Amino acid sequence: MNRESPVIACKHVWKLFGPSPRKYLASLPADRRFADIQKDGYIAAVRDVSLEINRGEMLVIMGLSGSGKSTLVRCFARLLEITGGEVLVDGQDIMSLTEKQLIELRRRKMGMVFQSFGLLPHRTVLQNVAFPLEMRGQDKHDRRERALEVIKLVGLEGREEYFPRELSGGQQQRVGIARSLAIEPDIWFLDEPFSALDPLIRREMQDEFLRLQNLLQKTIVFITHDFDEALRLADRIAIMKDGAVEQCDTPDKIVLNPATEYVAKFTREIEKSRVVHAASLARPLNGQTPTGKPVAADATMHELARLLVNDTRDSLPVVDAKGLIIGGLDRQEALDLFLGSD
Amino acid sequence: MSATAETVTPAGRLNLTRRQVALGLLICAIVMALARPILPEFLVRVPDRAILPYDSFLQSVFDFIKDDLGLRYLTRTISGGLEWLLDVTANLLYGKRRWPNLGPIPWTAITGASVVLGYWLGGWRTALLAGGTFLWTALIGQWKLAMQTMSVIIVAAPLAFMLGLVLGIVAWKYPRFERALRPLLSLLQTLPFFTYLLPAVIFFKVGPPAASVATIFYAIPPMVLMTILGLRKVPDSVVESGHMSGATRWQMLRHVYLPAARTDILVGVNQVIMLCLAMVVLTAFIGMPGLGAKLLSLMNSLKLGRSFEIGVTIVLLAITLDRLSKAWVVKQPEHFARGTPWAKRHIFVLAGLGVFIAFLILAQFVQVADHISRKQDLSMGKEIDGVIKGFLDIDAVQAVTGWLRWFLITWVLIPLRNALLWLPFMTVVLFFMAIGYLVGGWRSALIAGGFFFIVALTGWWDRSMITLYEVSAAVLLASVIGFPLGIAAAQRRGWAQPVLLACDTAQTFPSFIYLIPAIMLFGVNDVAVIFAILIFATVPLTRYTIEGIRAVKPEMLEASDMSGSTRAQKLWHVQLPLALPTMAVGFNQAIMFAFFMVIIAAFIGTQDLGQELQKTLAGNQLGKNFVLGLCVSLMALAINHVIMRWADERKKRLGLS
Ligand SMILES: Nc1ncnc2c1ncn2[C@@H]1O[C@H](COP(=O)(O)OP(=O)(O)O)[C@@H](O)[C@H]1O
Ligand SMILES: [Mg+2]
Repeated sequence: MNRESPVIACKHVWKLFGPSPRKYLASLPADRRFADIQKDGYIAAVRDVSLEINRGEMLVIMGLSGSGKSTLVRCFARLLEITGGEVLVDGQDIMSLTEKQLIELRRRKMGMVFQSFGLLPHRTVLQNVAFPLEMRGQDKHDRRERALEVIKLVGLEGREEYFPRELSGGQQQRVGIARSLAIEPDIWFLDEPFSALDPLIRREMQDEFLRLQNLLQKTIVFITHDFDEALRLADRIAIMKDGAVEQCDTPDKIVLNPATEYVAKFTREIEKSRVVHAASLARPLNGQTPTGKPVAADATMHELARLLVNDTRDSLPVVDAKGLIIGGLDRQEALDLFLGSD
Repeated sequence: MSATAETVTPAGRLNLTRRQVALGLLICAIVMALARPILPEFLVRVPDRAILPYDSFLQSVFDFIKDDLGLRYLTRTISGGLEWLLDVTANLLYGKRRWPNLGPIPWTAITGASVVLGYWLGGWRTALLAGGTFLWTALIGQWKLAMQTMSVIIVAAPLAFMLGLVLGIVAWKYPRFERALRPLLSLLQTLPFFTYLLPAVIFFKVGPPAASVATIFYAIPPMVLMTILGLRKVPDSVVESGHMSGATRWQMLRHVYLPAARTDILVGVNQVIMLCLAMVVLTAFIGMPGLGAKLLSLMNSLKLGRSFEIGVTIVLLAITLDRLSKAWVVKQPEHFARGTPWAKRHIFVLAGLGVFIAFLILAQFVQVADHISRKQDLSMGKEIDGVIKGFLDIDAVQAVTGWLRWFLITWVLIPLRNALLWLPFMTVVLFFMAIGYLVGGWRSALIAGGFFFIVALTGWWDRSMITLYEVSAAVLLASVIGFPLGIAAAQRRGWAQPVLLACDTAQTFPSFIYLIPAIMLFGVNDVAVIFAILIFATVPLTRYTIEGIRAVKPEMLEASDMSGSTRAQKLWHVQLPLALPTMAVGFNQAIMFAFFMVIIAAFIGTQDLGQELQKTLAGNQLGKNFVLGLCVSLMALAINHVIMRWADERKKRLGLS
């Protein structure tokens, strides 16, 4: 895999809310904690966050409400001015953009979906979806065509002339998604897009979202406070607490090796076997190659459960999509995942 | 839990000392009153030496601005444009001989179009209301008068709307501008209407232009406030979605903020229209012809039957304008199925035009469809006069009104009036300081007491006290009626709703109207003035009492039921304490209404500030007019500050805000 430069890179980003945040940040000692900062009359919504998001990757930002997730993505899109640090989008420092350049960036490259939809109440579905196209001055015929296309993509055909008020929550969020996709953005921000929906609808929308992602392959920053949702969708998960990122890694690694006590608390209730894939347990071969029927690298332990119980080998070969053996799966270790290690 | 406990204790302790200080101030006030005979004269009334000639000082400032700075040339130019607009509407609506010389539009065409408009906005009820109003107006023979009034509203309301909207947007965008604007708006909202009229006359041409300028300025404040409110309320996610769609600042305002604030802006429009109507009627005092002028002259000559008819017309017009604009507020866009033909999408425009043109053509051939001449109208002014006189001649009625008049004058009005006039001015100032301190500490004490002190310094203290006596007498009497009425009506849903509807409707009436029944019953004297204010002020009292009580959460009522409280206990211990802040807001509004009304009553022949204000109209004394207007404003603002401060604090304590 040749490493491209990341689509979004943020370095030591700070966002403080309070009377004069910049001045305060400049005088801030390094070891000042969240609660101390709060005592000084500031809210450290984002604390010294460094992250990179690669092309085509889906990064899920997870954390309890108030942990700074929304603030962080708003810093990525410069809906908020950061207090300190640097945000690079395609290698460009977005804090250095003029208002015009910033507008241009949003018109060409970024889309965002909001928890409370943010639909314009006086516009029809069609007009809402076409709104970003209208803002950038596309002609009427073009934007209608493109809007109809995305409306079809999200499955709202036939509702083009409805007003938001006439739609259900799930349908309204489909409009939000369609609108964010209308300009064919490279970067797609979703801020708890399904949190306001009923559990059943939420599940349906997640499936729908995965389908769209398979189709479109965008770079995605997805926010949720629901760990299950994060595990289901993420390539990588960043877990936030009090404005700081506690750990940023693949779901397997987070479940297997939680970096902090806080992260461990999240993973405790999780059925690990459904998260962990054969690849992450595979051990280097050390000369001896395990024999017999191999298991696929992208199979979860849950899928392999029957095999693991019935098999008698100590180590099973793990093969990648091309059929090459990448390591050996220690059967006992895998079973421990189900049973607990002691 | 602990957090709330912590915040309560110091506030409680603070309260105690606050109460003590307030009590101290109050005792000073009382001692001064008791010691009046031996009090040094300068504490009883501000000595003449200390009263500076503010009026002539202001007058020279105004003269300087007007003549030397040449503001008058500017305003005269503006009034030229305004006059042109007003001539156009005047020509179209009642056939004034000006360009474009097309009018007057036949009454049937306007009525027909208004029915279609009413139907589109709010269904057959509003259609019927709009049609019925115009039909009545035409048949009773007041079409031309109503159109004279409307011709000003049609120009003034859109201008007030636009000015208010722009000011609101600027204030929303620049907080510093808003901070400067707010006190000015409060002042504008309490200034007596004479203080709008005179500058309008001096700076703009007498007649319709001056009338429309006064009307516009009077109607602007609520539009500004509603615009700010609406723009603030636009949800963050809508704003952010606008930004993420790459909208520029102008696009944000035009396509995101303003449409998203539509509802509040339209509520502003409704208020603009209603205030325009209220003010246009009052421009009768500067000779603006129309319903108001006719009503004024009829009342002056005690032609009660015709007054009554005009009153009905004004009331109907008010209800129609109010209901139509409110229907517009709640009207939500409905989608058409795809492929609906153009004609069907625009069916109401076509229907409106069709009806309009049909009646235009009909009017060419049928005279009554064009206009109703004096001989044809159905006015029964004389007959109603007879009925009213007959009714008033009934012994029982005379006994009742006579007794009421006697009772009010000897037991309420004269004692109160004498008491207020007798009090040393410092007593009044200290009294308001005490209340101010009680509700809001030194700042409020200085505002409340300070404003009254300024009133004393102007030298119009006695007139101000007469005004205050009229206001307080009327509002006290109104409270005796309004609060119990509201409490009773709030007990049942089935009672509350009709009473609320009646109050809502009554609040849309131009205040002028309330003088009609007062004069009918009591003739032209102080009691009529008090009575007019009383009915006017009862409306908000009743309304807010009902709303306050009805807003108590059902869980609290259930909790008190389950605690085994009786109806009376529930009312006394749960409903009233929670409704009190809202009732206070109603009380405040009643007082503000009373200050407005008492000035209108000047033409009956009061002896208060209103009377003096009316005199300034004749003499073009702008300086004196402003000083008097400020006296009214300052008293109103002081009381407004105290009550609203108390209500806000109380709401916060109860966790209602
Ligand atoms: N505009 C703001 N002003 C002050 N504090 C804010 C503002 N926006 C967010 N915060 C605070 O920043 C913290 C993080 O908020 P947010 O990013 O919305 O959290 P999340 O999205 O994870 O729920 C919260 O404590 C919140 O109260
Ligand atoms: Mg959030």
